[in-house]
Order: sequence, then structure tokens, then C-alpha cells
Amino acid sequence: MRKLNFSFVIINLFFLFWVGMYVKNEYYLSLVIYILFNAINASCLNVLLGYAGIISLGQAAFFGIGAYSSGILTATYGINPYLTIIIGVILSAVIALIIGYPALKLHGHYLAMATLGFGMIVYICFNEMDFLTGGPSGLTGIPDMSFFGFLLDDEYKFFVFMGAVYMLFLFLMEMFDKSFLSYKLRFIHESENASSSYGIDVAKTKLTTFVVVACITSINGSLFAFYSNFVSPVSFSFHYSVEMLVMAVFGGLGSITGGTIGAAILTSIPEIFAEIEDYEVVIYGVILAVTILFLDGGIAKLCRRLAGKYVKSE
Amino acid sequence: MQFLYSGITSGSIYALVAIGFNIIYNTTGIINFAQGEFVMLGGMFIYSLLYMMNIPFIFAFPVALFGAFVLGVLFERVFIRYVKVKTELNLITITIAGSIILRGIAMLIWGRDTLLVESFIPSKTIQLYEGTITSDSVLVIGVSLFISFFLTIFFKKTKYGKAFRACYEDKVAASVCGINVKMVVMFSFGIAAFLGAVAGVAVSPITYVTYNDGVMTGLKGFSAAVMGGLGSFWGGIFGGIILGVSEAFFASVFPSGYKDAMAFLIILLILFFRPQGILGRKKATRV
Repeated sequence: MRKLNFSFVIINLFFLFWVGMYVKNEYYLSLVIYILFNAINASCLNVLLGYAGIISLGQAAFFGIGAYSSGILTATYGINPYLTIIIGVILSAVIALIIGYPALKLHGHYLAMATLGFGMIVYICFNEMDFLTGGPSGLTGIPDMSFFGFLLDDEYKFFVFMGAVYMLFLFLMEMFDKSFLSYKLRFIHESENASSSYGIDVAKTKLTTFVVVACITSINGSLFAFYSNFVSPVSFSFHYSVEMLVMAVFGGLGSITGGTIGAAILTSIPEIFAEIEDYEVVIYGVILAVTILFLDGGIAKLCRRLAGKYVKSE
Repeated sequence: MQFLYSGITSGSIYALVAIGFNIIYNTTGIINFAQGEFVMLGGMFIYSLLYMMNIPFIFAFPVALFGAFVLGVLFERVFIRYVKVKTELNLITITIAGSIILRGIAMLIWGRDTLLVESFIPSKTIQLYEGTITSDSVLVIGVSLFISFFLTIFFKKTKYGKAFRACYEDKVAASVCGINVKMVVMFSFGIAAFLGAVAGVAVSPITYVTYNDGVMTGLKGFSAAVMGGLGSFWGGIFGGIILGVSEAFFASVFPSGYKDAMAFLIILLILFFRPQGILGRKKATRV
């Protein structure tokens, strides 16, 4: 087994420290917070796509389930935020089990369509169940959450909290990347028949991964609800699932750096060039196409290759 | 009974889209996630030709279809052919990329508003047993029946149709036999786009056109294709009609907002319990 290599975690830590020390502008802070949300989501999808080879086009649904269960339970029923995160996780886990058990037996485009259909159903439910979710206009009045007595009510405080959550997540990702589980998943990705002949319970491993990823995405969704104090179905549509996919693929499948890099670049592009708002969709598409056509392995692999060249010539 | 008639109308559209999926699947084994986009583009083209350039329908219709055909061929040339590592994941992702590019461009050109298209034939309502059906719907049903009949003959009887099917069986063997595989793949995308545009034009007076119609139409078309068994034309028609009718029935019983959710529920159930489709005989990929 490979040794743990925390260089990427440390780079991230330094970057976040730098942001925390010098960036006081609320707009940039919120941008970084969105990057962190997207980075966690994209990395989660990366685990499914890049490691296990599970094509899921419905991850936005779990993000939404987390966000809505926290939002509804705190705003309408006034339940403790932490309790609602746990409820969201349990709900997501149950749904992921129900969907994953039959769906993960499918492969390729069948699986893609099944998860897409699932995502669409959840999205339609968010839209239509307006007695619970507030319908298309969204759910308002979600309170801020507090963390050991600190009320996370402004951008900076939330940034510090989210940064800590993200670092914890990244640390766990690094552990996962070097764990036996990740090798098992890669093996399954390579050949399901071969791995099952080696005594790996393919269905169980895939299902566990799917459920755990859904839970993490759901926690992320809950945090998102507490951050924005407002959730509406648009944030969890098919479009967001595709955005996650673009981030994961562009950043680089099968590496922990991939999701973060993809999320950082793709979240900042529309913000930096505000005037290209209408072109955003096309740009996402072009980036995705170019990555598949010319950049197999995404930015992460490109960096690694460039670094390798540089070291060799030394 | 009314839901049956409206169900058959929307079902024939799904059937046309499903046939588009099947053509590409039959020659390449790829599921083209951009198929719904071509339906949308068909409607957009006919709108532009009729109302922006004031071309009569007789000429506008073939021009729109030809435009879609060219676009389909280009789609294959630009996106599919240059995928180096032809894994299923990459092929799925590239068609998703293509679909969002097409959708984005459509939004830039035609805007976000719904565009109204008037009926192509004098509007009439036909009284049937316990319900009515409009002439537009009859046109849609007629067109899809005609197309599927025509295509079945093309694929079963003609030399070119056999070439298409040979490519699906074995690309190498097909090219050894002198079939230009690249050409066939390219044309299958062209024909699929053409069919999508037929569906788009036919349905445009009924549902009108919006830039993001494609997602829903594409998904339902795929559901229809899977339901009837991927790769079979009559299966696609069967699946389309079943989907359309059950959707219309569902909408008449439950709040109509959930109508689309119903379509996806059906596809999930089919995928989980009978991935080879209701009519399918082939052993599916469920391991």
C-alpha cells in the first residue's frame, strides 16, 4: 500500500489560511465557500466515477435531500440544526439504499439513465410538493447554525467553519485514496468478474460506496442550506448534476486533487467573467468535450505529466 | 377515453425519439444523450424558417430536416469520432457535452422564451368514441407510423440497411467486407438527428418550442426505447405509446405536475426489473 501523501492537503490548508488572513471582501469569501461546497460534491462524484466506475447523474438529488430536510425541519418545525443534518443523512442513506440496490446492478448508459431518472423524480418532487418545500419559489427562513456557541451568521465565520469541514473531508479523502477500499474499487472498475473471482463482494462494495457518498453529499447539502438560508429546486436540478460531472471530469477522474481543481476553476470562471453569463452553459459543454477528447485524465493528470517531464529533464 | 388519444399523440413523439436512439445504438452501441436536443432544434429550425424568413412550409420542412441531418453528421464528426479512449463512460460524457453545447447555443440564438408555431394543416377536431383528437395529433401519429414502417424496410431489405446492421454486429468484420464503417456511423447520427427533427417539427404546433425542451423529450424517448427493448424499432413504437398512454392516464388521476415523475418512475421500474425491455429477447447487460 502506498504511503499517505498530504502535500495536496497542506497546499489547500495554506491556501485557505491565506484566504482567511487576507481576503476580507464578502463577495470573494462567498465565492470560496461555493468552491468548497462544489469541491466536496465533485470529489464525491469523483469517488463514484473515477474510482468505482459508477456513472451517477443524480447526485444533485442527494445534495437537495440534505438541503431540504435541514431546511424544512429547521424553518418549519424549529428542530435543532445538527439533528436535522443527521435526519438528512439517514434519509439519504435509506434512499440511496433503495435506489442503489437495484440500480448498481446496471452498467453504462442504463445506470446513467437510471440515476438521471432518479434525480429528475426528486427534482420534480421538490417542485411539486409545495406544502413542504415551498415549490418553485423556494423555501425561506432557514436559520443560521451555531458551532459550539459561535453563531455562523456572516461570511467570514461560515468560511472558517466550512474551511475546517473541507479540510477534514480532504484528509479523509487522502486516507481513502490510499486505503484498501480504494484499491478494491479500482479493481472492480477494471473488471467486475475478475474482482468477484478474487472474493470481493462487488455488489456490496459498490452499494456501500454509493450510500456513503450519498451521505456525505447530503451533509454538504445541509450545510449549504444553513449557509444560504434559502433553498429552491433550481439548485438541485439536472443541470447541477451535470455541473458536478464537468467538474469531476475536467479536474481529473480517479485522483483526490481532481474534484477540487475542477470545482475551483469552473466555479470561478462564470464569476470572473460576469459578462459571459449567457455563454456559461456552452463553455461548460466545450470544457467537458475538450477534456474527453484531448485531456484524458483531466487537469490533475496533465499537471502530473508536466511535473514528471520537468523532473526528468533536471 | 380522452387520455388514451392524447397519450397516443405524445406516445408517437416518444416513439420517434426512441427510434432515433435505436438507430445510433444499432450501428454504434452508443446512447446519444443529445437526441432530445435534435428534437428541440427541429422545432427551432421550423420556427425560424417559417416566421423569421417567411418561407412556405412546403420548402421549410425539408430544409429544416436537412439542416438537422447536417448537424447530426457534424455532431459525429466533431464529438464522437475523435474520442481516443472509447470507454462507455467517455462516450456517454461526450454526448452529454454535445447536448449541453447544443442547448446553450440554442438558448443564445433563440432566447429563453417559448416560441409559438401555428398548425401546419387546417386545424380540425375529430370526434371519436368518447373523446376528441385534433388534426395535429393525427399528423403526428401518421408521421411516426410512416417513418417506422419506412425504416424497418430500409434496415431489413436494402443493401445500405444491412450495412448498418453489420456494423453493429462487428465493426472489423464489416469493414473487411467492404463497408465504410466511418461513413455508416456518421450517417446513423445524421439519420437520428433527422428523425429527431421530424419529431420536433411535428410536435411544435402542439407543445411549442423552448430551448430546454430537449432534456425531457430525450429522456422520455430513451425510456420508450428501453421499454420496447433497445435496438428494436417496433419496440420503440410500442414503448412510446405505452409510455404516452400511461403518462396521460396518470395525469388524469394525479396532479398533472407529477406527470413527468411518472415517466421516470416507469423507466426506473423497467430498468430494475426488466432491463431488456418488455418486448426484448436479448440478454441484457445486467450481470
